Amino acid sequence: MEKKILFKIKALYRDDFRVSGFSFGSGEKAVCIVGSMRGNENQQLYCCSQLIRKLKELEAKGRIHEGKEILVVPCVNPYSMNIKKRFWSIDNTDINRMFPGYDEGETTQRIAGGLFEAIKDYVYGLQFASFYMPGRFVPHIRVMKTGFEDVELAKKFGFPYVVLHTPRPFDTTTLNYNWQVWETKAFSVYTTFTEEIDRASARQAVEAVLNFLRKTDTIDYDGFEGYVSKVVSTEEMVTVRNRTAGFFEGKTGAGEHVRKGQVLAYIADCYEGNVTDEICSPTDGTILFTHAEPRVYQNTAVYKIIPEKDEW
Amino acid sequence: MIETVVKVDLPVDEMLQIRKMRLQPENGGNGRRISIVTGIHGDELEGQYVCYKLSDYIRKNMKYLAGTVDVYPALNPFGIDSITRGIPAFDLDMNRIFPGNTEGDMNEYLAAQIVRDAAGSDLVFDIHASNIFLTEVPQIRINELHADSLVPYAREANVDFIWIHGASTVLESTFAHSLNAAGTPTLVVEMGVGMRITQAYGDQLFAGIVHLMKRLGIWKGEDFDVRTPIVSADNEDVGFLNASTSGIFLKNVEHGAVLKKGDLIGRIVNPLTGTVADEITSPADGWLFTIREYPVVSEGSLLGRILYGKENSV
Repeated sequence: MEKKILFKIKALYRDDFRVSGFSFGSGEKAVCIVGSMRGNENQQLYCCSQLIRKLKELEAKGRIHEGKEILVVPCVNPYSMNIKKRFWSIDNTDINRMFPGYDEGETTQRIAGGLFEAIKDYVYGLQFASFYMPGRFVPHIRVMKTGFEDVELAKKFGFPYVVLHTPRPFDTTTLNYNWQVWETKAFSVYTTFTEEIDRASARQAVEAVLNFLRKTDTIDYDGFEGYVSKVVSTEEMVTVRNRTAGFFEGKTGAGEHVRKGQVLAYIADCYEGNVTDEICSPTDGTILFTHAEPRVYQNTAVYKIIPEKDEW
Repeated sequence: MIETVVKVDLPVDEMLQIRKMRLQPENGGNGRRISIVTGIHGDELEGQYVCYKLSDYIRKNMKYLAGTVDVYPALNPFGIDSITRGIPAFDLDMNRIFPGNTEGDMNEYLAAQIVRDAAGSDLVFDIHASNIFLTEVPQIRINELHADSLVPYAREANVDFIWIHGASTVLESTFAHSLNAAGTPTLVVEMGVGMRITQAYGDQLFAGIVHLMKRLGIWKGEDFDVRTPIVSADNEDVGFLNASTSGIFLKNVEHGAVLKKGDLIGRIVNPLTGTVADEITSPADGWLFTIREYPVVSEGSLLGRILYGKENSV
């Protein structure tokens, strides 16, 4: 393993800002894995730390294939992590809205540009990503539809689901989108949590990445074989919303199978405690995402359900 | 009359309301409408003064009002109330969720209702104030896709500068783009600085708005003379000055300065060592229409923008 500094900025009063990478094997730039990009992405950082630990073991045993290099970038934004701020410390910009970056631009454009220069030539690009809404996910692979997406390859992770996502205008400045524009096969790996560390889903994600590395002929690994993935597009998902604001009392969690009409959650008045809304599933299916905060605004997407399909 | 554009129940004993002041003659007016919108970013307050001044002026001179004036002072009331640029609790830039979605979450729903309400205006002003980091001369920014329809209005708006910039996919989710794409002409004004009010700039824009109301047949009262703006349609005309290093920026000139090549714009200093880390000079003759206001800079921070070759500011 070789630790490299991929990008650095000198600060006035803080230690240098550094984006560090951990390289395994040598030769073709085979796979790059990026972890936390926002200051609250503890789970994403944790997943990378476990992956690095595992790859060190595999490298010591000579199990990384000759002529292949794997790069892991566990954290793109140590400054924000260390002060517990989600976005960039001074101007609150999001590095994952700055790709492909610009080396003569503003600070976060330079960080994105410096990182992208170092990672844009890999054959495969994986990012441990988080969702913009607080909640819990069934671990899955998300692929952006750019015309360069490779769904068959996404199935090689062995997650239960591959989610196909049609990019919106603001998605065009994300790492995943730009990796694909530069012809890197890019995938986002979602685990259950973001701010909290969940070792079970982290382990599943790390095993899935190792599984992907094995199936793309990058490492020898005898581990998790995985599921036969089902592919679902975001347009096919059923979004369930609450009609009233209040306390959110979830009765079902991510990954659970639900029946049409089944009660998923209750909303209760924050002052008087009475139930103001009973949220029922509009379909048979599996819960991909659940809201996970004590209170909820009116009309929030509190569940996303993958409906059952006959052909599955 | 104050009208509620959209309202949403909040969890704990509160209703989120986005409101507007509708000013109209008693007979309902001639059907023409101008909308003044501000407060998408909660830290940009320059538009607050313009809204106040315009409402006050019209209410005292109602006999001259021939059409409808809608004034939306706070599209992001949570942000204004909490000195937050985006939408608090969501860490979301409101100007990246338009045109919204009536079936979407709370913020998308709000955005969709705002667009529905403002659509159909003969002209919309979307007033911004740069941000807390930069001070801007009064200017209108126009996406090149909509230049043909917007530049004639912008020329009459009493701003110093019209900047026609390149199209960008990410900007398709702004309020102005959504309305322009739907055929409602919308001008984006940038002026002054975040978290402050520059009344002179507010007065300047107020005069431009009244002048355009007159041109649109919405106002029959006094008109104001407007200045002739510099128009830049060539992206090569505009130079960006970014910090070469981190430090404290001390400006040497104010925005609006006319510069010769080599003129000192400012210094980046290191208070710990008592040294100058960099001196920023003008790379060419030009007009400094933006300058850094917030002193702390990181490598890459924007320090200023120069319009090259325009030796005379207005």
